[in-house]
Amino acid sequence: MSRKVLTGSYFVHGDWACAEGALAAGCKFYAAYPITPASEIAERMAVRLPQVGGAFIQFEDELGAMAAVVGASYAGKKAMTATSGPGFSLMQENIGLAIMTEAPCVVVDVMRGAPSTGQPTKAGQGEMMQVRWGSHGDYEIISLVPSSVQETFDLTVEAFNRSERYRIPTFVMVDGILGHMYERIEIPEPEEIDIVNRKKPTQTPEEYLPFKADEDLIPPMANFGDGYHFYSTGLTHDERGYPDMSIEVQDKLIRRLSDKIRRNEEKIIRIEEVDVEDAEILVVAYGIPSRSALKAVEQARAEGIRAGLLRLITAWPFPTRILEDLSSQLDAVIMLEMNYGQLVREVERAVKPTPVTFLPKLGEEPHKPDEILTAIRRCSG
Amino acid sequence: MARYEVRIAGFGGQGVVTAGYVLGQSACLFDGKNATMTQSYGPEARGGACRSEAVISDTAIDFPKVVKPGLLVAMSQEAYLLYHEDVKEGGTIILDEDLVSPSEEKKNIKYYKIPATRTAEALGNRIVANVVMLGSVVSLTRMVSEEAMKKAVEARWPRFSELNLKALKKGMALGRQLLEKE
Repeated sequence: MSRKVLTGSYFVHGDWACAEGALAAGCKFYAAYPITPASEIAERMAVRLPQVGGAFIQFEDELGAMAAVVGASYAGKKAMTATSGPGFSLMQENIGLAIMTEAPCVVVDVMRGAPSTGQPTKAGQGEMMQVRWGSHGDYEIISLVPSSVQETFDLTVEAFNRSERYRIPTFVMVDGILGHMYERIEIPEPEEIDIVNRKKPTQTPEEYLPFKADEDLIPPMANFGDGYHFYSTGLTHDERGYPDMSIEVQDKLIRRLSDKIRRNEEKIIRIEEVDVEDAEILVVAYGIPSRSALKAVEQARAEGIRAGLLRLITAWPFPTRILEDLSSQLDAVIMLEMNYGQLVREVERAVKPTPVTFLPKLGEEPHKPDEILTAIRRCSG
Repeated sequence: MARYEVRIAGFGGQGVVTAGYVLGQSACLFDGKNATMTQSYGPEARGGACRSEAVISDTAIDFPKVVKPGLLVAMSQEAYLLYHEDVKEGGTIILDEDLVSPSEEKKNIKYYKIPATRTAEALGNRIVANVVMLGSVVSLTRMVSEEAMKKAVEARWPRFSELNLKALKKGMALGRQLLEKE
């Protein structure tokens, strides 16, 4: 049997790094439905999962794939799937089921040109609001946005850890450039990788209530087949997991599902700040465009302009408070996205009344450092 | 070498993306530099416009794509016409002389004409035209070491290393011959 963690240096693409990150985190089940530019994740998992004692199944469509991920999670496995825009839309219903039944799982969206079939072989960042609100109802999710091949590995591990800790679907949002971009990664020794596993019941099977939360608002999770009574439904349910249509149960459940994330926002949110301390002009970016931004901020600093970069590592929960706190020192904010205006709305809300310049990019090419530098100069002049 | 930007362009099926990958890998894993490789292609498996871009640098690479290539490798007329204007002053264009006829040659650009596909056919398989090109890239630009490129070719084609190493050697020799003529 081959190694689970392939410690060493590699020149590989983001999709490969994502697959290896999942395996390092302990993923044992992959539900596949191929789609450009995410197919290479499935390809890699199809080879690797059987080598490490896992299972890979290709499904009839993305609805089936996502349903299988939820089932594998109930059975106690770390489970994932990866897709792109059109498939992500099809998965939304069963993502809602995973949220409602608190099934830890990881969904990777390698984002291409959208909407609809869009531009399959071109890159975008078009699902940044869909990942937050794509399924119906009130809920919170966690989504991570890597900006390098190394970070795609690291954040896929992190995504599994967070999904296990909070019993929530966690999303890795990779722009299509990064998915197919080759770069060096270093995979550490297995013992250097932190792994989180879901909380198991300490009660006897007779005492166990599958949806009775501890003080941290997260219920311990028994595996299907371990002898614990585990009733699961997408209907609003009580602590036993039985459907309950009362106002009280709906109110309590929906609050808890959101609050288990909201209360931990400070622990969950991750950003990278470069030259932010004394910045008057702040560039906010994520994914590949954040690398152009880094270059532009460096150049602006060399010209004596007080520019800084705030790079999102978690897109959701959104770092609203961090931006609110910064807004008083800022003269201007520049937001970069490879879409026509999504997370920029969150930025505008947070930094009000600081003016926000939005630089959209549509159709493959990310922002060039010069374009961002020009925008920074305009804001400072 | 602060930052070297390379664009390799042609049709799908010519090994354009693979060439970018092997170039990036040779720099990154065997020469100890930093490298990124990005790719752009259409929905067709073969025949559509296709390009790969490698950035090679001694320092960390922020922007991973090519802005102004220092080197363009053109494997089709269409690719040449589309990208030759982007090459920076003092830059280099290496082209497959049987597939590309340059319109006018600019003063500040070096042009090298390599019979890559013909050479590959003479070696027995036109599929290695991309490796012939890589060989000439190594001897004409010295962007990566010969040793690193050999290792990268062996790593990419463990089962077909003999043919590919032959193609690489031939490409290096073709490049050297052009340099001697200068």
